[in-house]
Amino acid sequence: MAANSVLLGLVEEFVSGQQDSKASETATGVKTGQFTVLELVEALGLSLTSPQAQTRGRGVQLLSTVLQECYASLSETEAEVLVAFYENRLKDHYAITPYVLQGIKALTKCPQFPPGLSVSILKSLFQDVHAQSLMLKERSCVYNILINLMETREEELKGLGADFIAGNIVHQGYELGKFTEELFEVTSCYFPIDFSAPPNDPHGITQEDLILSLRTVLTGTPRFAEYLLPLIIEKVDSDVQSAKLDSLQTLTACTSLYTHKDVAEFLTGLWSSLRREVFQTTSEKVEACSLSALTALTACLSRSVLQSDSEDGLQVFLELVLGDCKHHLCEPDLKLVWPSAKLLQAAASASYRASLKVTAAVVPLLLEQYSTCTQCAQRRTLLEVVLGFVQPAQNSRSADGEESVLSGFQQPLCSVVFSALSESSAGLQVTACRVLTALGQQPGLLLASDAELAADHLTRMVLVEDESQVCSAVMDCACALARLYPDAFASKMIPKLKGEIFSEPMEMEQNYGPGLAPKHSPQATRQRCVAALAVVSSKPSVVQESAPILLEVLSSAHSGSSLFSLEEVVSTCHSLQRIAAQAQDAEETGRFFHDIIIPRLLGLALQAALQGEREGAQRSPLTEEAVLFALVPVMSTACGRLQSQMAALTASRAVSLFLDGDVSFLPENDFPSPLQLLKKQSEAWRQSQLVCLLMACVCSMPRTVEIPQIDRLFEELEELSCTSPHPFSYTSAAKCFAGLVNKRPEGEQLDSVLERTMKRISSELDCASSSFHTQAFTLLLWVAKALLIRYHPLSTVLTDKLFSLLLDSDLADTAAEGFSLLLSDPADVLNRGCHADLRIMYRQRFFTENSAKLFHGFNSADKVRKSGYLKALSHIVNHLPRQVQLAELPALLPLLLEALAFTDRGVQLSTLLCLQPVLMDPPSALNPHVDGLVFQVLELTTSPGMEVRIASLRCMYALARLADHMVLPFRAKVIRALAKALDDKKRLVRKEAVLARSEWFMVGCPGR
Amino acid sequence: MQTSLDLKLCQPLHLIRSINDPEHPLSLEDLNVVEQLRVHVNDPESSVIVQFTPTIPHCSMATLIGLSIKVKLLRSLPSRFKIDVYITPGSHATEDAVNKQLADKERVAAALENSQLLEVVNQCLASKLPANAMA
Repeated sequence: MAANSVLLGLVEEFVSGQQDSKASETATGVKTGQFTVLELVEALGLSLTSPQAQTRGRGVQLLSTVLQECYASLSETEAEVLVAFYENRLKDHYAITPYVLQGIKALTKCPQFPPGLSVSILKSLFQDVHAQSLMLKERSCVYNILINLMETREEELKGLGADFIAGNIVHQGYELGKFTEELFEVTSCYFPIDFSAPPNDPHGITQEDLILSLRTVLTGTPRFAEYLLPLIIEKVDSDVQSAKLDSLQTLTACTSLYTHKDVAEFLTGLWSSLRREVFQTTSEKVEACSLSALTALTACLSRSVLQSDSEDGLQVFLELVLGDCKHHLCEPDLKLVWPSAKLLQAAASASYRASLKVTAAVVPLLLEQYSTCTQCAQRRTLLEVVLGFVQPAQNSRSADGEESVLSGFQQPLCSVVFSALSESSAGLQVTACRVLTALGQQPGLLLASDAELAADHLTRMVLVEDESQVCSAVMDCACALARLYPDAFASKMIPKLKGEIFSEPMEMEQNYGPGLAPKHSPQATRQRCVAALAVVSSKPSVVQESAPILLEVLSSAHSGSSLFSLEEVVSTCHSLQRIAAQAQDAEETGRFFHDIIIPRLLGLALQAALQGEREGAQRSPLTEEAVLFALVPVMSTACGRLQSQMAALTASRAVSLFLDGDVSFLPENDFPSPLQLLKKQSEAWRQSQLVCLLMACVCSMPRTVEIPQIDRLFEELEELSCTSPHPFSYTSAAKCFAGLVNKRPEGEQLDSVLERTMKRISSELDCASSSFHTQAFTLLLWVAKALLIRYHPLSTVLTDKLFSLLLDSDLADTAAEGFSLLLSDPADVLNRGCHADLRIMYRQRFFTENSAKLFHGFNSADKVRKSGYLKALSHIVNHLPRQVQLAELPALLPLLLEALAFTDRGVQLSTLLCLQPVLMDPPSALNPHVDGLVFQVLELTTSPGMEVRIASLRCMYALARLADHMVLPFRAKVIRALAKALDDKKRLVRKEAVLARSEWFMVGCPGR
Repeated sequence: MQTSLDLKLCQPLHLIRSINDPEHPLSLEDLNVVEQLRVHVNDPESSVIVQFTPTIPHCSMATLIGLSIKVKLLRSLPSRFKIDVYITPGSHATEDAVNKQLADKERVAAALENSQLLEVVNQCLASKLPANAMA
């Protein structure tokens, strides 16, 4: 009895006294056996029958809370009674439902669950609970009940059949029947997903996951169409952008499954929503999604099979679209022309049928509008719209045998384009070029005669247009069309360009009349012609016309018969290189280069060199370093692409020319013999520098190509590189040596060559009186590079030698600079294009192996020598990949700070360039150094070097983005100091200063 | 000489063109609130005059836009420049009142002490792009 009075007290305090803690006390009582559950129910009697819903709720809550803790001890009969009670309670007031559900949930976990109860629970759940309208927590409770029952009583549930299974099996083809709408209601109440993961969510569920999984459910069956589409329309019309995006993407997804019948009813509504989103767009994303939804919708309609008695859904829909968009294209102010055009293009891109219909309606309109418009800007807009229709989308491309949708408009389109090309507006011309390219790429839209006309137009534009934008558009267009119509370009464009290149300035004036010529400088025109020759040369038939012209330019420049400036000669070389690089049909063009161009180039260079030796002879531009430098890539690109047989032949010819003076393969080979190009002749630098062409030939061959007389070659190259007084010669010889070493297979032969060379280099460097220190160092550097990139074991010896040179009194500076070369990719040799043996991670490897040596060397060096180490370090770090930089930063930062304080501008710049990307995404290792960094960098904003000022201002900008608490202390000082840079005399510096200072104003301020 | 002067003249517009409008996701240049025509620079006399045109005559944000322009120029131009920002004559209902507020140094300074106002101004000035993209 005493227990009962305690219990009554607890119940009273919980129900009327609203003390939640009493529930757990009661539960403990039940658990310890002080009183039973049935006693509790009896004690609750009054509150459970109270007329007040709130009191009843409180009572049920107490019971449910207790049950949650002691469901394990319930007996079968108790459970049965309780379930009956709770099922009954489900019919009660809605405020009580949450507690009832909790109680049922607890009961479903009860191990002594009498058979048959689970079915009855579910039946009453389905009958009395409207899950979608419950709060989140209660819904979860309902599903937990389902889960619990499924786990323990699955067998029983099977009896329930379709009623139960509906929940999660949409995809497996179950007959949904009359439950379709309910199932849709159940799932769609979550749409659109509005979910943000709680912080530290252990499940890692993102909004994106939920959106995607819900989308698969909603778009799983066409049966949902009649419910889903109105919902989508409603959500697209809402103001929430994420809802719009989600709905549009869902629409795109579901139309891939739906048929014409499913969507027919909603077409008008969908169209007006989509149209509004594009016409009154607020964000690019929404616009893009609307357009792709329109495409998907049109594609869906295009798929439907026509029946004789039904109307064509696509036809109806497109008429709707055209009706709403067409007239905007004809408005004189062209206000809504872009959105309309985008919609039409999106619809047209869905299928061939759709594009046929849309273009048939729109293109004549556009062409007519073009002819009535007189302003260039408007014409350009119209032409851009036309371009959108000409460029075919993937799906609307005509199948084999079908005509292009535009073939009916072929003539008017071409004439519009050609007339636009002759306009004076640059923008219009650029667009016309792009339309022309697009027309050319569509089969059947550019007839052969039109292609010739196009070539004529483009030629004229190359000759007279000097606006850079137009020029590059013309070049792009010519490049694309020449691939497709090589003959038109070979016959129409190339002869005219040739005539222009070789015409004298006087003639040009006559050609254009005195008023026109002065505007266009003849040099610039020639350069454009030379560039255009390269651009159109992608097919062998064109190459055979264009490359000889370029060779002729070189030879006439050499003979001095026409006046080509050095710049023009160099750009001719660039054009030749471009031809070699873009050769599509590698074999035929390769043969052409092998048979004609390479021998001619070598012959010309040799003639120039020999002619230059003679007293009083005119200086040929082909002896200039700049020209040779430009010839090297021509040769190496051409040789790198030769077939192996021709490559071997070219290599052996080049080697015998340089070693033995064998000139038999050169045209016009009336050279004085004996030729000894690699022998040291103090005056003959013009000959010895030709070694760069040898390098271009033999170092760019694939590794499989055998180089003849390799040992002699090594000897002579070593000799030349160690003893030539001419910098270009000895550097080229060293490069050539390195390029060959890099490709030699490992073995005794290579080891003995390297050993000999090392001895030679060491003896030169150690000999104090030798005047060839720089030469020996250059060779050392290049050989070290060649071995380093292929992970040769000897490379460590060589790089150690380089480190030791940082202490050398003469070479310290050069050695420090050398590290930049060691870790960068040179353009002419030892790169991938030259088929070098190059391991990708060599920089990291070098750094990991040598950073300790560098730090040690720096710390032990005396003050004067420290600078060399800093310079080397900043070069090395600058070439490292970013991940490695970040990992090494803690160790490096103090040294980098010292490098900033160091007076050499090159070091400062290289350090700043390496710091800036690090600062944009700062690692925590930076924190202790921030104050030092801020002041060091600030100091440099007034450096005399412009590049240093710019780089340091960029770093200042990055520093302002660090966490507020780190940089706030410096704010006032930095803002004051940066004011000076605002008045810098260089515009580029002022620009960076404005950015940096504005960012510092934001530090620690609201609204950032 | 001509070119360097031109560049210097272009600069103030370049500085303020990308300021965001407080109400739209567009910049002041997109909305034609500021135009090259209405930016006057006198380098020798160190003065910059900017006239801006509110989108509608009753634009309630006119003062805020003016303040943003002024603050941006104060932060971005050398201190020797005297900066005057006012409304294009005849384009706003309370033109005089707004001009008076913008011309008053104390009121501008006081406005920037107000952290809520500063927040809005900073939002207008915040660069949409990271520095790399701009450079």
